[in-house]
Amino acid sequence: MAKYTFQDFKSDQEVRWCPGCGDHAVLAALQRVMPRVSEALGCEKEDFVVVSGIGCSSRLPYYMNTYGFHSIHGRATAISTGIKVANPKLVVWQACGDGDALAIGGNHFIHAVRRNVDMNIILFNNQIYGLTKGQYSPTSKFGAVTKTSPYGTVEYPFNPGSLVLGSKGTFFARSLDSELKLNEEIMFQAAMHKGTSVMEMLTNCVIFNDGAHKEISDRATRADRTIVLKHGEKMIFGKDRNRGLMLDGLKLKVVTIGEDGVTEDDILTHDAHSDNIGLHTMLADMKYPDFPVALGVIRDVKDVTYDESVQAQVEDVTRKARIKCVDDLLRSGSVWEVQ
Amino acid sequence: MQHKVIDVEDVVIRFAGDSGDGMQLTGSLFANMSAVYGNELSTFPDFPAEIRAPHGTVSGVSGYQVHFGSGHVTTPGDFCDMLVAMNPAALKSNAKWLKRTALVLIDEDTFDEENIRKAGFKTGNPVTELKIEDRTVIVSPITTLTAESLKDSGLDQKTVHKCKNMFTLGMASFIYNRPIEHIFDYLEKKFGKKHPELIGPNKKVLTDGYNYASNIQAIANTYTVAPARMAKGLYRNITGNQAIAWGFLAASEKSGRPLFCGSYPITPATGILEELAIHKYLGAKTVQAEDEIAGVCTAIGAAFAGDLAVTTTSGPGLSLKSEALGLAVMTELPLVVVDVQRAGPSTGIPTKTEQTDLAQALYGRNGECPMVIIAAHSPAHCFDAAFTAAKIALEHMTPVILLSEGFLGNGSEPWLIPSMKDYPEIHPPYASAEDSPFKPFVRDEATYARKWAFPGQKGFEHRVGGLEKSPQGVLSSDPANHELMVRNRAEKVARVADVIPQLETDGPAKGKVLVVGWGGTYGHILSAVHEVRKSGREVSYAHFDYINPLPKNTGEVLGGFEKILVCELNGGQFADWLRSKFPGHDYIQCNKVQGQPFLVQEIVDAIENVL
Repeated sequence: MAKYTFQDFKSDQEVRWCPGCGDHAVLAALQRVMPRVSEALGCEKEDFVVVSGIGCSSRLPYYMNTYGFHSIHGRATAISTGIKVANPKLVVWQACGDGDALAIGGNHFIHAVRRNVDMNIILFNNQIYGLTKGQYSPTSKFGAVTKTSPYGTVEYPFNPGSLVLGSKGTFFARSLDSELKLNEEIMFQAAMHKGTSVMEMLTNCVIFNDGAHKEISDRATRADRTIVLKHGEKMIFGKDRNRGLMLDGLKLKVVTIGEDGVTEDDILTHDAHSDNIGLHTMLADMKYPDFPVALGVIRDVKDVTYDESVQAQVEDVTRKARIKCVDDLLRSGSVWEVQ
Repeated sequence: MQHKVIDVEDVVIRFAGDSGDGMQLTGSLFANMSAVYGNELSTFPDFPAEIRAPHGTVSGVSGYQVHFGSGHVTTPGDFCDMLVAMNPAALKSNAKWLKRTALVLIDEDTFDEENIRKAGFKTGNPVTELKIEDRTVIVSPITTLTAESLKDSGLDQKTVHKCKNMFTLGMASFIYNRPIEHIFDYLEKKFGKKHPELIGPNKKVLTDGYNYASNIQAIANTYTVAPARMAKGLYRNITGNQAIAWGFLAASEKSGRPLFCGSYPITPATGILEELAIHKYLGAKTVQAEDEIAGVCTAIGAAFAGDLAVTTTSGPGLSLKSEALGLAVMTELPLVVVDVQRAGPSTGIPTKTEQTDLAQALYGRNGECPMVIIAAHSPAHCFDAAFTAAKIALEHMTPVILLSEGFLGNGSEPWLIPSMKDYPEIHPPYASAEDSPFKPFVRDEATYARKWAFPGQKGFEHRVGGLEKSPQGVLSSDPANHELMVRNRAEKVARVADVIPQLETDGPAKGKVLVVGWGGTYGHILSAVHEVRKSGREVSYAHFDYINPLPKNTGEVLGGFEKILVCELNGGQFADWLRSKFPGHDYIQCNKVQGQPFLVQEIVDAIENVL
């Protein structure tokens, strides 16, 4: 098989996102991780398909030198499902925004997760409609002032992580656009995961929602306000690496190592592969300022995939069937001869 | 006792009862038995949308009409020779379909005060109130007789109650001299593995019903309908929905492309998805999607990945799919959308038939967005129509809408089983080595179809999408390019006319009146035209299977006549289509929008008005 570099995955199309848009960094991470993914999966460049819906981030397929499908608003997940069921050997990546995936495409999104179709969904969450120039989205904070909510929204946002885990998702990760290395790692793990891998990328829209994630993304305070979860490692965070997460009854609590008799041994160890969706859900739900916001791979569990099951069922019944072709079918069952 | 046996050419029987009475099964068993006996036949299931509508009410009546004959049978028949009415409501809602000479079989046990009241009768005597005393009304205590027949069977009361449809089927079989052994076979197959305990009792009730009919005074005559002179060969009964599913399987085999069906359940199209789900063993992949939009979008995804992709729906579902169909037009992917039309608008009357989605199929998308449209004209023809729709989609790289109707989807007819060796191969325009690097919208000079390359093929990586592109596949909002692409896509659809058959005329090619129809009205119009000719008057008939593009000789055919009578089950949508394409003719409309097929007589009247 061919050896690729990230250049092989760059198309000749001019990237037309605004300067400073968080999408540039996510695209870069994706192009950079592709050679590694290709090698690990033993697949060629032509086996990748990048699918998207409508919105700023959905332009992404044009910038990838692979097969690509820029579809219609909200429907990328359904198109990806069709592609993957038609040919389970393909590696499907999907780019979609918070409005695209969670508003108009919400239904397709939860059902893909429920079915566990083997695809990698990058959910660009900038909490705003960018391409239509600044209306609130289903992830905009309560009270957000936007063009369609001049007096503030009066609706609560979705937390994509809760939605995925509530649909019994098998893979959920979260990151910030600027965390290039972490994003490459998350994308790699998503690609290795068989099933629907949802990666929520908290992206910044410099034009219509600048600083939406600032309270956690600011370099000066990021280490104290986020926690990067790694499977098998202690849930420790903070600039001084002295804060951590513990269970307090059925709830999580933030503790400081060395205070109140807390030692490193008391801190939870992250088990992304655990069946226990309850703890994963609590981690995904953590909000600043009460908690650090969880980044990294929060959940990554094995389960059968929809596309494999469809194929296996077709193969199984084909092997057992006595009817092998359409001529057999037409002559099966109740037929009679006119002499 | 001795009965006089009378030979008749054809018979129409309508089985009617509560929606839980098993009338659909009774009717279809009678139809199958008649088909095996060698009659030509046509069936019309007519049932409410509710699975179990309020017991005993007119809205809950389910009917199944069978028309069988020794000659050519093309419709389920307007009026019936025999009505089986399992309760007063069934009698009330169907009395209007009785011929003057009809037999009426009613279950006396259900004609009690309560049921008569529930059916909305004002008096205690439905027969007099409906003014059908002059018909031969056979009043039998069918419920009691069934219970008596099964008193030693060990079955519970509820199961016994369900067997009364077999008793009526036995009686009807005696009256029309049908071979009930065929039903024995059916019962053995149906109950054989899961419920062997039900085979014996059902056979017994059927036989007891048959014998009972032979013993009662009320039945003076029995009838025979000789086998029809049908072409030699192997036959089966087939419904339109089944035939569409099988037509797609055939196209998959002939093209070598795996079949993918993404659909959402909707009446009356669901049968196609169910049928394909059964036949996964012929490679069909079915996805029961989360909604209509996902149905078509999964199919579009599958088409991009190289499958023969189909989605099946009915009117409201077609509305939901509109945006995605525009995407299929824009990306120029092969896709077949089946619309089994029902009475609309909105939810309308889901189980009733209509042809009211034609305008939606033609125009129901944003932008300049033409698609190939084909219509099936009989249950068995659905097989060829589906095969052809798939062939055109694959060879011309275009979405195709296949219009069926509830009347065709649920209706059935005997079908001379074809051999797949008589069907053409299907050759999609695959990209070849010289097309790399791949420019997705470069066209074939003759057909204007683009080439098809799909993921997994090395050297053809390309991107498609809903945004306008140049022929090279690069995003373009250039005004001249947009108009060129719009014209090219339209031209591609127009050029499908090069491969479809010419329009044929039944009757002389020139004359005073040409009757025109499309879709499932075929049998009714054909019968009406033949009826009119019996009185010595000349009338011709042209039936359209191809709606867009129209056959190349359409203008020529229409030009041969002074008046064109367009018969359709809508407000005049095909007439308007013809007017826009071939103005200057004298188009007269014969329309019906009642959720019901035409009566032959209605078309006869319309033709006579014009002649």
